[in-house]
Amino acid sequence: MIDNAFGLIYTGEQSGRLKDLTLSRSVAAVPFGGRYRAIDFILSDMVNAGITSVGLITEKNYSSLMDHLGAGKEWDLHRKRDGLFLLPPFLTNENAGVFRGTVDAIRSVSDFIRRTPNEYVILAGSRAILNVDLVPMMEQHLSTGADITILYAEDGTLQPEEHSPDLRLILDETGRVTEMELDAYRPRSVNRSCDVMIMTKALLEYLLEEAYTHGEYDFHRDVLLKKCQTLMIMGHKYEGFVARLESVEGYFANSMALLNPDVRKDLFDPRHPIYTKVKDEVAARYSVSAVVKNSLVADGCVIEGDVENSILFRGVTVKPGAHIINSIVMQGAEVGENVLLDHVILDKGVKILPGRTLQGYDSFPIVIRKNQTV
Amino acid sequence: MKKRIVVMLLAGGQGSRLGVLTSHMAKPAVPFGGKYRIIDFPLSNCVNSGFDTVGVLTQYRPLALNSYLGTGQHWDLDRNNGGVFVLPPYMTEGDARWYSGTANAIWQNREFVDQYDPDYVLILSGDHIYKMDYARMLDFHRRKGAAATIAVISVPWEEAHRFGIMNTDVNAFITGFEEKPKEPKSNLASMGIYIFDWKKLRAYMEADDADPASENDFGKNIIPAMLNNKEVMAAYPFEGYWRDVGTIQSLWEANMDLLGQKPVLDLNDDSWRIYTRNPVMAPHYVSESAKVVNALVAEGAVVEGTVENSVIFCGAHVGKGAVVKDSIIFPGAVVGKSASVDKAIVGENTQVGDFAIVGGPVRPGEKVNNKLTGDITLIGNDVVLPNCAYVPKGTVVNAENPHQPAKEA
Repeated sequence: MIDNAFGLIYTGEQSGRLKDLTLSRSVAAVPFGGRYRAIDFILSDMVNAGITSVGLITEKNYSSLMDHLGAGKEWDLHRKRDGLFLLPPFLTNENAGVFRGTVDAIRSVSDFIRRTPNEYVILAGSRAILNVDLVPMMEQHLSTGADITILYAEDGTLQPEEHSPDLRLILDETGRVTEMELDAYRPRSVNRSCDVMIMTKALLEYLLEEAYTHGEYDFHRDVLLKKCQTLMIMGHKYEGFVARLESVEGYFANSMALLNPDVRKDLFDPRHPIYTKVKDEVAARYSVSAVVKNSLVADGCVIEGDVENSILFRGVTVKPGAHIINSIVMQGAEVGENVLLDHVILDKGVKILPGRTLQGYDSFPIVIRKNQTV
Repeated sequence: MKKRIVVMLLAGGQGSRLGVLTSHMAKPAVPFGGKYRIIDFPLSNCVNSGFDTVGVLTQYRPLALNSYLGTGQHWDLDRNNGGVFVLPPYMTEGDARWYSGTANAIWQNREFVDQYDPDYVLILSGDHIYKMDYARMLDFHRRKGAAATIAVISVPWEEAHRFGIMNTDVNAFITGFEEKPKEPKSNLASMGIYIFDWKKLRAYMEADDADPASENDFGKNIIPAMLNNKEVMAAYPFEGYWRDVGTIQSLWEANMDLLGQKPVLDLNDDSWRIYTRNPVMAPHYVSESAKVVNALVAEGAVVEGTVENSVIFCGAHVGKGAVVKDSIIFPGAVVGKSASVDKAIVGENTQVGDFAIVGGPVRPGEKVNNKLTGDITLIGNDVVLPNCAYVPKGTVVNAENPHQPAKEA
């Protein structure tokens, strides 16, 4: 168990290519896996490693995130000592409330960082969904004497046209990072950062101030890349499944991967449970006319139609004669009689009236915005 | 601080008629409906009715119940003022007594009630499945100006002899009470839900406690005594679903009531949610080879076989080729590959081996003691049923008394 570190999660990531999925929410609040939000994973990872103090830096559209997290009760983070701290932007003389980048965002919560007594900080973004045991990573950090340890996973999908924050690590045989590339057109390494790193609080504070005084604002570009030689940065490899929320197609593919039992074993390892806000829904009810194959179904669903290769979030209604294939249906959506959905993502509360047909493709899943009626 | 009403929930029952299901836990902790425990129903009713101070009286195997209730946070009953309290029997300087009866359990905890100085107490039992707004019952009690109000439900006349029957006048005042009458004069059965004026009840309990011949029971002693003294007593008519799940048969039936096109008991009701300690598990998975028809499946379950007319609890696993029919698979239970489970209750974390048959016909020469179970087969908690085991209909199998694989004929 980690007893001398606190968590710091920043959630203001760019989300343009998630399109309608992030219209009214931050990436951290994007629903995933039938009952979770993106943030649940890294937050649960921290809690499962024994971390009792987590600061969460929010930026835009954070109301749905706050609603989801509440006081942190579901993560056992509603505490008198420590707990979950939501850190929304605020206006001060030197802080406009708008962050130019991660340096600004993290620096804006320097009070929180200063106040937290733990020696180490685990700094993470909210974009990567993974179930990682942080204890061995911390042990490695301590035993190697590294200044910074970065979690990485192999990512063989080299998509030169994509411009999402893509930090690649080039490691020597000891696991030390000798070079880094950010958003490379043609990356030289499959080792991609999972955006989880460990360092001492003192180092983080120093790096932030140094970057700020030089007018720099991106923690990856302006700090990590530049410090590659002067600091001892180590990589820690994560072997499990990681889903990165970067684009609608990626979201779709990563969600569909959950239908693979090995992926579920990684992500929903019962030894490291993923906590989320509970809704007290009833168990899912299958009617006599239901036909369900290869699907993940959350509580509260009432299924009277056909569902195949799909993910149904909590409280979804599927009427008789409806066919849902290769689709993701989020919380509370209603699919009417004789509807056909194929490669469709229905956001929360969407209503599909009887008889409608919607068809997308692997490379272009159709997204129906929150609370829309088709 | 003063509370208008305090709820006392009688959860002490051993529930011996539930057989091996209650060998390690009190009846209210028995699982129900895919993700609940029986006690979730009265507790959720309390919270939804706006009653926030609940004493839970336990004395039989309280560990499962204690750890289940915790601080009451899952029912929003972790309050600064009020909340849920587990009240086991305790010792005093000169005395140590188990709860000798339902009324005695309340009497021994009078100090707990007194600290809230309530006008009323609501007495509930922990083994009924129903959704009820107790606030409306309290309104009724006040309107009637009654000393005691008993909730009643109309039961079929031919079954009335199995219940405690309330005889009432046209104004719903109780004129008489008969426990399991041979010739019932009314079909209004007591639901075991009472509201009393606390001061009145306290006085009657005190008198009752002083009577060594008394069984210290609400139905047998307190209610008749109040009737004898011509106290104003009202019968609150309840309409809706209500079931005593004190037997294997009724527990099975109540679970089946959750199924069907229009379930008799619909829990998918936003206005009256049943709260529970939610398992931390992923959505359930239904595989390519699975067939799920007319069933309730909870989170964490994995279904690879056929499930029909059944309730599959959280974390249960139905293997490939297995057929589960008219059955209840409790949390964490595993039904092995190509096993067959027919009209059975499979206990928590029990493993049914591959190719096993549970609930098959009784073969010639086989003797089955099915006094408790009728035609329902009951596999207790934490049982490991070997591969190819054959368990005939109506059998009870538990972990202490493991199933002997039947000899091949």
